[in-house]
Amino acid sequence: MQTGLQGDLAKNAANGQYAIQTNNLAVYYGNFRAVKDVNLNVEPRRITAIIGPSGCGKTTVLRAFNRMNELIPIVRTEGKVIFGGRNIYDREVDPVEVRRRIGMVFQKPNPFPKSIFENIAWGARVNGFKGDMRELVHTTLVKAALWDEVYDKLEHSGLSLSGGQQQRLCIARAIAVKPDIILMDEPCSALDPIATLRIEELMRDLAKEYTIIIVTHNMQQAARVSDRTAFFSLSEDGKRAGMLMEYGDTKTMFTNPTKKLTEDYITGRFG
Amino acid sequence: MRALRQRRGFSESEKQLSRRHTNGRMWLIAFQMATLVGVITLVVLLLTIINGSFGYVAVQNEVDPASLAVGGTPLEELSQGALAVVLRQNVSAGLFARFESEIPVAQRPAAEIYDLIQEHVISPQVEATWSLYDSLTRKAEIETIMQEDYPTAELQFRSWLSLDFVVSKQSSHPEIAGVRTAILGSLWTIGIAIFFSLPVGVSAAIYLQEYAHESFINRFIQTNINNLAGVPSIIYGILGLAVFVRAFGDFTSGIAFGAADPSTANGRTIISAGLTLGILVLPVIIINAQEAIKAVPSSLREAGFGLGATRWQTVWSHVLPNALPGVLTGSILAVSRAIGETAPLIVIGASTFIQVDPGGPFAKFTTLPAQIYQWTVRPQGAFHNIAAAASLVLLVLLLALNASAILLRNRYIRRY
Repeated sequence: MQTGLQGDLAKNAANGQYAIQTNNLAVYYGNFRAVKDVNLNVEPRRITAIIGPSGCGKTTVLRAFNRMNELIPIVRTEGKVIFGGRNIYDREVDPVEVRRRIGMVFQKPNPFPKSIFENIAWGARVNGFKGDMRELVHTTLVKAALWDEVYDKLEHSGLSLSGGQQQRLCIARAIAVKPDIILMDEPCSALDPIATLRIEELMRDLAKEYTIIIVTHNMQQAARVSDRTAFFSLSEDGKRAGMLMEYGDTKTMFTNPTKKLTEDYITGRFG
Repeated sequence: MRALRQRRGFSESEKQLSRRHTNGRMWLIAFQMATLVGVITLVVLLLTIINGSFGYVAVQNEVDPASLAVGGTPLEELSQGALAVVLRQNVSAGLFARFESEIPVAQRPAAEIYDLIQEHVISPQVEATWSLYDSLTRKAEIETIMQEDYPTAELQFRSWLSLDFVVSKQSSHPEIAGVRTAILGSLWTIGIAIFFSLPVGVSAAIYLQEYAHESFINRFIQTNINNLAGVPSIIYGILGLAVFVRAFGDFTSGIAFGAADPSTANGRTIISAGLTLGILVLPVIIINAQEAIKAVPSSLREAGFGLGATRWQTVWSHVLPNALPGVLTGSILAVSRAIGETAPLIVIGASTFIQVDPGGPFAKFTTLPAQIYQWTVRPQGAFHNIAAAASLVLLVLLLALNASAILLRNRYIRRY
């Protein structure tokens, strides 16, 4: 299965295909439909921002991309999420492998209460990495722009770092297992502006190699870092399900949105 | 005018504030009283035990040890051979023959022969005992009683709790009885209980907390575990009697393994007792372990899953290490409770009187609480004193086990 996904992905990337696509995605919490009719094509090696008012299902959609929603027992997912030419919700696809290839960075920095070294090494080790672990930790931390700050204290606890460093450690941890896509769920909401800026720089750097999807509440952040923006909002039919309202190039979205609702949100008239 | 109204408003709220403070102080006094009741109860408990463990005793020897001296040498300083002669001269021929048949007297060390002379020849009898409080406050009165009622007896201040008491085996004479067999029995049973209940309890907690889905059956199981934690211990004793002693008697007696203790050969053994205590604490261990696992932040699990780890990898590397201190704390509390359990062990059949050290899981046994219980129901006063001394031993044992478990836990946390 692993080679299958890999091969398809390489082919799609070569054809300039999408990194991941959703097809009429709908997610239910019990009987409550949180999001519906999501058709989103995410381009490879781009940063796609998901914006929208609170409670419109941004995070739910993000977590649908790597089957994280399944950890909540009452969640049910309908529709398709196409990754590497396959629907990741197909019965024969293993969610564990999906999550290895589509990594995640969470809202609150959550490094393991272990050493910095172990934070990076653990993910690789559980995925059967057999190579030189020191080398892997080194290159990963360099990629995550953290090496210069921690090279002399790799044995210290990951929790001893500052909030911004912890979040970069979490990003490093995610790229250490060599994913294709990195999902970020409001990664800077708990950080100060300087730490936020460093993460944004890092994201621009990583976008040369990875596809990044980021949920953010911060419109300026979306405008600053993303190439494409997806605007979600609640449907207006009274059933309160989140929907994809508009999707396009970030520049266009922020200067010349096609829908009134998007413009209202972006200019701060609601949300 | 306006200023006046404001001031009145202020004094109004001031009055209300002092009422609120008074109310708070009343509650504070109530809470302090409640704490005081608890402290007093504990102090009284300790004082009662200590009161019984020390005090004056009237000792009446059957034979005066001085009369046993040979050629001016006191009994304590006689050689092994001379002691053997004293023993043969002063006990009945039948009793001496019994000693010979167990181990030839000539081959026994001097100290052992001395003990035999103490027990069977001098045979000190405690005629009367006084509590520590009486001994300290009513010395003159006690001496009068001694002269009137026990003119030939000797008044001694005795500490019932002594090193001898801890290392001596059980005896029908309270003066020389000890708790060695009971301590060993307690350690064996509790060891088996931990060995059984800790892995089973933690595993069940992992399943219920990390794997089991919300369903009717799982809710039913959870409810039952919660209820089992409150079942009276004697009911576990009846369960142990029916299952371990009777139904699996061949296994718990060791017959099935060819390891049976020839003097027992029934299921009333250490392993039955240990398993019963294990089952007794199992629900508490499961519940405590579940709480500890529940307290591990879900962000750690998500981080693990997000890296493509399986559930078991995440549980093993992140959930369990973080839950371990809590699991251990809960287990220590549960096991402490088991050490003090008496009722189930009496139902299972803790021996009333054994002198041999338990040699393995298939030996018959007694435990400290069972021993204390048996001594307290005896009519002679001296047995009540050794019951009090044994209670002190039990408390110390409990504290020692808890302290070592807590040290172990803290060391683990630091390493982590």
